[in-house]
Amino acid sequence: MTVSEILFWFLSALAIAGALMMVVGKNPVYSVLWLVVVFFAISGHYILLNAQFLAIVNIIVYAGAIMVLFLFVIMLMNLNAENEPQKNRWMWLAGSVSGGTLLLVLVAALRTSELLAVQKVSEGGETGLIKTLGSVLFKDYVLPFEVSSILFLSAMVGAVVIGKKGD
Amino acid sequence: MPVNYYIFLSLTLFSIGVAGVLTRRNAIIIFMCIELMLNSVNLLLVAFSKMHFGNVELSMLNSNVGIEAQLFVFFIMVVAAAEVSVGLAIIVMMYRNIHSVDVNFLNRLKH
Repeated sequence: MTVSEILFWFLSALAIAGALMMVVGKNPVYSVLWLVVVFFAISGHYILLNAQFLAIVNIIVYAGAIMVLFLFVIMLMNLNAENEPQKNRWMWLAGSVSGGTLLLVLVAALRTSELLAVQKVSEGGETGLIKTLGSVLFKDYVLPFEVSSILFLSAMVGAVVIGKKGD
Repeated sequence: MPVNYYIFLSLTLFSIGVAGVLTRRNAIIIFMCIELMLNSVNLLLVAFSKMHFGNVELSMLNSNVGIEAQLFVFFIMVVAAAEVSVGLAIIVMMYRNIHSVDVNFLNRLKH
């Protein structure tokens, strides 16, 4: 096993374990922290795939901004008590069976594909660097970039209007 | 690394997210599961981008093939950030009105 394979298995195990702990955790604050672990593992996968810009953006945007926003809301509303009613165990069973069935069907459909088993991902190249991504983003994708800034403006206005007290 | 390892990892994370949305009743944790699903799709897009790059890497040096997938991931992150800001505002509003974030209390849209 090479170093990158060992890192791949370690990061995969970390991501799956973090996701499971996030789902089954009782305290929402711990769930947020486990989700941060998952995001760091996925950023590690991006670095393994030589997508460095996306790795840094993933850490800054997801683990930095979005998760802090979640923690802020949870602590602002005092939701860190373990007050979720666990009244029906059948709900857990039905949800787990549904998710497991989805996983089973998709894995069974893709498992025997020989084409995917021989396709290797490249670990080199310069497509993930900020230089090439930035030049394509500001040349060919400049209109979606500007549209996304309008989306951010409307999301900001919407958040303020929804969160406003009164009326 | 063959690409199907990445496919199975993404599928596992996505299914955990689906199971979380179906089982949990806390609105914030449901929201976090949706973020997990978005991230698994992002990982799959990047893996396919690098797979596509690896296919043409031998024939063309310095190619920019597969760069669109990484830009799509970038735009997915942008949309997810906007979605989170509005969604958390809705959750705060809901907590202010009904003093709970349990989605079982929100089945009254028909009234």
